[in-house]
Amino acid sequence: MRSRGIAAILIFLLGVMLFTAGCAKGPETEPYVVGGIFSVTGPASYLGEPERNTMDMLAEAINAKGGIKGHPLKVVIYDDEGDVTKARLHAEKLITKDGAIAIIGPSITPSSMAVLEITQKAKMPLISCAAAAGITAPAKDRLWTFKTAQTDQMAVERIYQYCKKHGISKVALLTVSSAFGVAGKGQLLAQAPQYGMEVVGQEVFGDKDTDMTPQLTKIRSLPAQAVICWGVGPAPALVAKNMKQLGFTIPLIQSHGAASQKFIELAGDAGDGIILPAGKLAIYAQLPDSDPQKAVCKEYAEKYQTKFKKPVSSFGGYAYDAMQMLTKVLAQAGKNKEKIRSGLENTKNYVGVSGVFNMSPEDHNGLTPAAFVMVKIEKGHFKLID
Amino acid sequence: MELASLLQYLISGLTNGAIYALIALGFVIIYHATTIINFAQGEMVMLGALCAITFYHHYPSLPVAFLGGVALVTLVGILFERLALRPVKDPNPITLIIITVGGGVFFKGVAMLLWGKDAYSFPSFSGDAPFHLGEATLLPQNLWVIGLTAVVLLALEAFFRLTLVGKAMRACAYNPRAARLVGISQGRMVQLSFALSAALGAGAGILIAPLTLGVYDMGTMLGLKGFCAAILGGLGSSFGGVLGGLILGVAESLATGLVSSGYRDAVAFLILLLVLFLRPQGLIRGGG
Repeated sequence: MRSRGIAAILIFLLGVMLFTAGCAKGPETEPYVVGGIFSVTGPASYLGEPERNTMDMLAEAINAKGGIKGHPLKVVIYDDEGDVTKARLHAEKLITKDGAIAIIGPSITPSSMAVLEITQKAKMPLISCAAAAGITAPAKDRLWTFKTAQTDQMAVERIYQYCKKHGISKVALLTVSSAFGVAGKGQLLAQAPQYGMEVVGQEVFGDKDTDMTPQLTKIRSLPAQAVICWGVGPAPALVAKNMKQLGFTIPLIQSHGAASQKFIELAGDAGDGIILPAGKLAIYAQLPDSDPQKAVCKEYAEKYQTKFKKPVSSFGGYAYDAMQMLTKVLAQAGKNKEKIRSGLENTKNYVGVSGVFNMSPEDHNGLTPAAFVMVKIEKGHFKLID
Repeated sequence: MELASLLQYLISGLTNGAIYALIALGFVIIYHATTIINFAQGEMVMLGALCAITFYHHYPSLPVAFLGGVALVTLVGILFERLALRPVKDPNPITLIIITVGGGVFFKGVAMLLWGKDAYSFPSFSGDAPFHLGEATLLPQNLWVIGLTAVVLLALEAFFRLTLVGKAMRACAYNPRAARLVGISQGRMVQLSFALSAALGAGAGILIAPLTLGVYDMGTMLGLKGFCAAILGGLGSSFGGVLGGLILGVAESLATGLVSSGYRDAVAFLILLLVLFLRPQGLIRGGG
């Protein structure tokens, strides 16, 4: 009888201890909510899907290590389907309902431009994963906005440097009619005079076009020394195929939008000899060991491939860098948004997948053209050439 | 305009046009049998391409992949008619057309889940070495597309004119009531029409896959272009559908080459609007 009484008291005490332990834990470990807006489905899903995967993967790793200074990280990710209106709605929701302290994304430039209007007003730190330089420039008007993707401006600089070095001065442009292609074309035209380039032809194609022989036929009759194609997805691979069909002998230069293993696979034999600027992730194994990015790229690529059984893409790298910089800042700043903002702005020498970031009040991207290397496709692999 | 470029535009236009023609034929056959427009037709093209790519992946033989793809999609076409359209209580054309739109979205979604969002390549039927035709170049695949389309068209004409089943299908189109009176099962003819047009769509998809790659969202635009071609040709006649497809393909290619490449897709829909405004019966008045 007595022993049962003692057992009951012990169990009661144990229960109380557990309960109070739970209570004590409560307020201290309130989670940090970080929002994500990516184009996981829809036409830009090749961007959004690896970005979402990367963000999930990193959050899992951080929480497995006990969170940020004891605070678990809670990521709330929405799919904008590549639709500007949906991106805006998701941003509103993250700010008012989910109580996010920072947002990563959106994946594409038009959505980023729409969302940053909202986040600027709400004083919410935003780290975009889209390409256009205009997202963070001029930085004094984009106080709360940062981005991790290399800009098209840097890609164009690298391409023209390459052309100049190899005696190419007359180029024909073939660009996609989406925002990515329009921005790229703008940079290609704007920077041409300063590198002594003459643009002898400008053609466009649609995102979903499947036959570019008419455009290329037109280019074939021009005195171009190289074709520069600006696009993403399957279309640039078809450009390569069509050029082979038409018997082009001048080189094809692609944008960083083609810097994926998938592109090589789709272009097949026609891919050989294509030159393009790429983030270092695409060729990290060929980098010299002295390159600080080599270890970062290797770690990310291996972890991603083990977890998702898919090849890593530089697009996921944008989310990787955003998350890494943000978690570093969160460890110092806590939930204070102004501190998060100034922490991001003062990030120096962060070695990421997409480059070495040096943010400043004048530059909310923090990358230089050195973030790109020039590569050539040889026998189905990227080869570092410059 | 130099002749060589013009020839190149023509080759490109005829290849795309032949594909539009095959899709347009699918629209025409179903319209004949049921007086509805099957907006899921474009997705049959996509399913054909992706099924063939999967077959090829497991058993690398082109004839097997081609026939396997066509057979599987034909089955999908039959099941679609059986499960989605046949059971409808109030089968007026508008209801059925809306169901086909829904069916199209459904097929696309399922394809996205099965194959993912990546594009896949499919090998050409006989190599990638281009031919030279004067200054212009063409791939063996261009010839395959144009040649097989011609063969299919002739075979279809023969089927409709010479075989009993073909004649029965035409009879249903001309006068369903009289056809029923002489003992033709209209239900079976409708089913046959869905099977035929699914097979045509799948064939088109497999033919074009080496040139355009196969991806889950390739069908919608091709379907719309095929629809434009069918309207241009007058919906009632298979010859009209083919003519419509070829005209549309060449017009697109010429507009891209001679005017501006931004107008490519606008051409198809501009033609569609013009035809609906000016000559709603199409270039060739249909028999249906």
